[in-house]
Amino acid sequence: MTKKDSSIDPKSFLIVGAVITLLLVLVIIVGMFWTPYSPTAMKYGRFQSPSWNHIFGTDNFGRDIFSRIVKGAGNTLVIALSTVIIGAAGGILIGSLTGYFGGAVDVVLMRVNDALTAFPSFLLALLIVSLVGPGSKYSVVLALGLVFIPSFARVTRSEFASLRSRNFVTGARLTGAGHARIIFVYLLPNTGRVLLPALTIGFNNAVLAEASMSFLGIGVTPPDSSLGYMLSEAQSMVSIAPWYALSTGLSIVLLVFGVGLIGEGLQARAKEVD
Amino acid sequence: MKEPVLEVRHVSGGYRESGVLGTRKRYQEVIQDVDFCVYHGEILGLVGESGTGKTTLTRMILGMLKPESGEIIHHTKRPQIIFQDPYSSLNPVYTAEWAVEEPLRVFGKYDAKERKRRVYEMLERVKLPRECWNAKPDDLSGGQRQRVCIAAALIQRPRFLIADEPVSALDVTIQAKILDLIKELRDDLDLSFLFISHDLNVVYQLCDRVLVMKSGRIVEQGDIEEVYNNPKSEYTKKLLEASL
Repeated sequence: MTKKDSSIDPKSFLIVGAVITLLLVLVIIVGMFWTPYSPTAMKYGRFQSPSWNHIFGTDNFGRDIFSRIVKGAGNTLVIALSTVIIGAAGGILIGSLTGYFGGAVDVVLMRVNDALTAFPSFLLALLIVSLVGPGSKYSVVLALGLVFIPSFARVTRSEFASLRSRNFVTGARLTGAGHARIIFVYLLPNTGRVLLPALTIGFNNAVLAEASMSFLGIGVTPPDSSLGYMLSEAQSMVSIAPWYALSTGLSIVLLVFGVGLIGEGLQARAKEVD
Repeated sequence: MKEPVLEVRHVSGGYRESGVLGTRKRYQEVIQDVDFCVYHGEILGLVGESGTGKTTLTRMILGMLKPESGEIIHHTKRPQIIFQDPYSSLNPVYTAEWAVEEPLRVFGKYDAKERKRRVYEMLERVKLPRECWNAKPDDLSGGQRQRVCIAAALIQRPRFLIADEPVSALDVTIQAKILDLIKELRDDLDLSFLFISHDLNVVYQLCDRVLVMKSGRIVEQGDIEEVYNNPKSEYTKKLLEASL
């Protein structure tokens, strides 16, 4: 355990990241039940610049931007979380089975995996959305979730493949532990070190991917909204109401930054243990 | 010294390399016509250079690898193994206590209270300091880890154990303590051991009989004093000279 050359303690990354993320999540959760103004009411005057009454100003229909961002961020969060859950669940399942059992199934599945990762994930998501039919947040979640499976599968597989020949696994077999027990009780907890940072990176990628898809109009559509969708709205009026694009963009940045810091801290800590 | 706990009868075998989809198979023989018994209550040493097939033989005895010919007869249930490297034989995410209790959980016959009682008794028996019971492997020394491994191997009350170079990763002073522990456990718990080592001095200190293995064959076996004082095969002589 040697001191790392970077002078910043990974713990401080973790703490700052956790504080930012928790605050945002808190605001989002409160926003699900209460926002200062109705996010859909068009009665607050069009294109008002930020003031104490409307801290992020109002948009072209006279809606309060702050309230809309809180609601939209809620959608973004739900989409990103569901995406990561689908991707991680599928990837961990495939990766642990192939990594643990090996053999022909492993070879075939991993080649398929390699082939899938050769495409830009965005392109694959586009394909899936066009197959499922665009227009709802469920198709976005499904598309991104499926696209995220290969990377989780690869990470999990390589950890399992290196762990399965360790003595403690051999010992467990000799005491009569079954495959399921070995996979879930022995091996999976040992992959946390690499999987936790992968989860945070996956979450950020999901936030950005959802934002880009909605920005391009193949993601969330009205009446739903999300940060990405709002950003695409904001760009058409960036010269009249720059605060709209700015506040929406900064919200995305802040969300990704907070979770990114957590991931950075986790990764640094994992390296320190090595 | 009459009842065998393990009979290895004219066993030969090795590995089959399998090609990508299990098509091509190349066979490499590692063990050739190995024949011996482990008797009740004894510590049988197995010496030989690395690469002579000691580990392969171990895997066959444990049922992880099938012999090509010959047979292996167990007269006891669930033989256990103590590995050379105490660093990879414990799961890094769990405590010492967990590791010792785990075989009992898998076995599934006792309730939580009875499991704890047995675990604490075994941890006392292997003389692991109490403050280490709740420590994870990273916070234990090599010797302490090996005590945990021994406790975990013994918790299901096996009658026969394989110790695969259990002390060669440890300091000399710790080695002596672990060897003493193994002797003590053998006497108290009525165990039999197959003790694998490349260190002839360790084997001399511990074992009752010894097998000498070379290139997959047993070249000599007999009582320890007999073999050490009066080696018959050239190879044994060479080994003994090298270790003195």
